[in-house]
Amino acid sequence: MKIVACVKRVPSTDTRIKVGADGASIDTAQVEWIINPYDEFAVEAALRVKEAAGSGEVVVVTLGPADAARELKTCLAMGADRALLLKDAEASRRDALATATVLAAAIRELKPDLVLCGKQAVDNDQGQVGLLLAHLLGMPCVTEIVKLSVADGKAAVERAGDEGTTERHEVTLPAVFTCQKGLNEPRYANLKGIMAAKKKPLDERDAGPVPARLNVAGLELPAARPDGRIVGTDAAAVDELVRLLRHEAKVI
Amino acid sequence: MAGEILVLVEQMRGALKSTALQAMTAGAQLAAAHGTTAVAVVAGEGAEQTSAALGEHGAARVIALDADTTDRTAWAAAVAGVARKLSPAAVLLAHTTLGKDLGPRIAALLDAPMASDCVAVRSEGGAIVARRPVFAGKALVHVSGANGLLVVSIRPNALSAQKSPAAGSLEREAATPPSTGLGDVLKEVIASAQKKIELTEAAIIVSGGRGLKGPENFAMIEELAGALGAAVGASRAVVDAGWRPHGEQVGQTGKTVAPQLYIAVAISGAIQHLAGMRTAKYIVAINKDPEAPIFKVADYGIVGDAFEIVPRLTAAVKALKAQG
Repeated sequence: MKIVACVKRVPSTDTRIKVGADGASIDTAQVEWIINPYDEFAVEAALRVKEAAGSGEVVVVTLGPADAARELKTCLAMGADRALLLKDAEASRRDALATATVLAAAIRELKPDLVLCGKQAVDNDQGQVGLLLAHLLGMPCVTEIVKLSVADGKAAVERAGDEGTTERHEVTLPAVFTCQKGLNEPRYANLKGIMAAKKKPLDERDAGPVPARLNVAGLELPAARPDGRIVGTDAAAVDELVRLLRHEAKVI
Repeated sequence: MAGEILVLVEQMRGALKSTALQAMTAGAQLAAAHGTTAVAVVAGEGAEQTSAALGEHGAARVIALDADTTDRTAWAAAVAGVARKLSPAAVLLAHTTLGKDLGPRIAALLDAPMASDCVAVRSEGGAIVARRPVFAGKALVHVSGANGLLVVSIRPNALSAQKSPAAGSLEREAATPPSTGLGDVLKEVIASAQKKIELTEAAIIVSGGRGLKGPENFAMIEELAGALGAAVGASRAVVDAGWRPHGEQVGQTGKTVAPQLYIAVAISGAIQHLAGMRTAKYIVAINKDPEAPIFKVADYGIVGDAFEIVPRLTAAVKALKAQG
């Protein structure tokens, strides 16, 4: 059982976004980087599938700048067996299709049984790479899974459907799944894991060029919200609030 | 005619969701600005019954597609087949549970770039330009396709449905058979105990935070939501504590929402939460801490005890609804 988990390094979710000098990307000067939270679910799921099977290999793959080796080392410390860094100093400028194209080429060589991604990266919020990757690899894809079990070359997965329903899918492997919060609680790397990670292979190679297909014309901060008002300081303010919601805002 | 705006519309047994009409409206307005017409494509049982409503909202033509809507691969392939015949300038759809799953599949089949979860789309110098939030709404970007076709998913409630009558003439199209069965079988759809309003599509959301002290106190939130016909949301702290299901989390690692009215109860307003709900049209904050960051984005605030305020608010809303 060979499992690939795709990860991306993203600005920490408590980052205050500033527009960079080019006007089209963020100023990364003060940014603290983390593994995309949804990708952590993918890494954890990969480790659990391997553990349940009793054997196998977990390979983490990222497309990113040289510094992204740090996030890969964290994945190795969590328990992944090896890591592959597809180096591109301008990785953050790639659109989803350009990203998926590079990942697909590398993953195809690995011949995985299972490919796991986060449901979206919390920087660009496109939510496309998993589905595009599946298309390029010719594999089925179920998005935003919250349950996963693998047996006999098949995966049973669950995802939230419309209107509070739960969809249960049975998927023939190899397949791509994108991971949603609720799938698992990612483990922390312990000291033993961190020591072991130092001996694990971390391969690096240049990602090579793929032309961007989506042009980013400009990045801007959202307009500030108009000043609000404090309607009151106790339950007596409720009547005034209801009046405002009905007659001023006209939303109830 | 090439260069039209193709709108993939979701329907259920002939009924259109508000998000579908919003996407249709976006498509009709974009088509007018782009000097072309909007064409709706709709699939599944009852598809043909939607043509009148889609015509009212600006569809010059409505293509009823005979496709297997239980198989997303086949469905996407059928829509891509229609797009190949039409060579549209853009394919639009709503960024719903279904749309965010179908959109990238269609984009991949058409080898076209896609802009997800957009809040606006316009025609500029012959190109289609979409405006979309990034970093959960902490910033916005303007994006366009480098060459030709762009797939665009429209954020629910980012714009309102508007009527602009067009012919809505119905055409029928047989689906191009999907190339291969890819081995994803939908075995079962399990209904929830009660029909839930989808958070990202809700017009009103009532969210609760850690200040509610325990999961049992969400009964109060549910009651207010019930009175308003609203969906229930939650802060990350509450979800991580296991008080509420993950699907209810609003914020950067949860859902980004844009309702008409967002009521934040006992939520302090962490930066990740504010990013996820700041595009709500109106925000009400109820919190006992006057310094809570949530008040900085709220239109109306009550500084006080949620346990006293919320039941009174629920009663007032019920009284209002009873009056009609």
